[in-house]
Amino acid sequence: MLGYTITQWLFGILSFLAIMFALMVVFTRNPVNSVLYLVLTFFCIAGHYLVLNAQFLAVVHIVVYAGAIMVLFLFVIMLMNLNEDTEPQKTLISKIIAGCIGGVLLVVLVGSLKGAEQLQLHQAGASQIGLVKNLGKVLFGEFLFPFEIASVLLLAAMVGAIMLGKKEIK
Amino acid sequence: MINTIPINYYIMLSTILFIIGAVGVMARRNAIIVFMCIELMLNAVNLLLVAFSTLHNDANGQVFVFFIMAVAAAEVAVGLAILSMIYRNIKSIDIDLLSKLKH
Repeated sequence: MLGYTITQWLFGILSFLAIMFALMVVFTRNPVNSVLYLVLTFFCIAGHYLVLNAQFLAVVHIVVYAGAIMVLFLFVIMLMNLNEDTEPQKTLISKIIAGCIGGVLLVVLVGSLKGAEQLQLHQAGASQIGLVKNLGKVLFGEFLFPFEIASVLLLAAMVGAIMLGKKEIK
Repeated sequence: MINTIPINYYIMLSTILFIIGAVGVMARRNAIIVFMCIELMLNAVNLLLVAFSTLHNDANGQVFVFFIMAVAAAEVAVGLAILSMIYRNIKSIDIDLLSKLKH
């Protein structure tokens, strides 16, 4: 197939789809469509994780982002009854300025990273660190304390969200 | 299946995704869309962390991505609670109206 391996085909297709869906997130007027395109972008990124043999992260990514976070976004958008008619639009001039800043940022970053060393990724078969067994050993060995702190962080976020979401605190 | 993708391709992909997110933050006025673009930028960084983690055959990068996901979930929960409270008070989530943090 034109001298490319299956991995390279997968990388190309997933990258193209991810960039297209990400652009649609920004340029779609309807917020609900924006959320759905973002879910598709996250699926493409999960595909990239699979190509990189990070299977645990691919599954966690789908569960946490596509499953939990985006459903939360969708709920809030539907609660607020947002649609194309209520969508506030920036003036044309500020959109053009935003595009110019993005283009300049792209040129600067690509220019500065172009000279980076050309390194090939390890063979997929050789890299087994993304599997649950190996990642679990690192997570519950070296990173046990940060892992416990993360649970406190999530508890604090949960309490904070409930406090903020309550009607009026007398 | 031999993985022969240069790391530069992943750097370019992450850069492009990050910049799309940054442009979205600058070009949109709906606070929820701005929030989603921030998530997109976080994911671009996550992708690069996983790519480098595979490159160096080092699990620490993937553990960091795991923690970033936990922090992002906490951030989204609090952020959306704040947004829904703002919507309840001023019936809008247009960030240009919120720029003075009062109404």
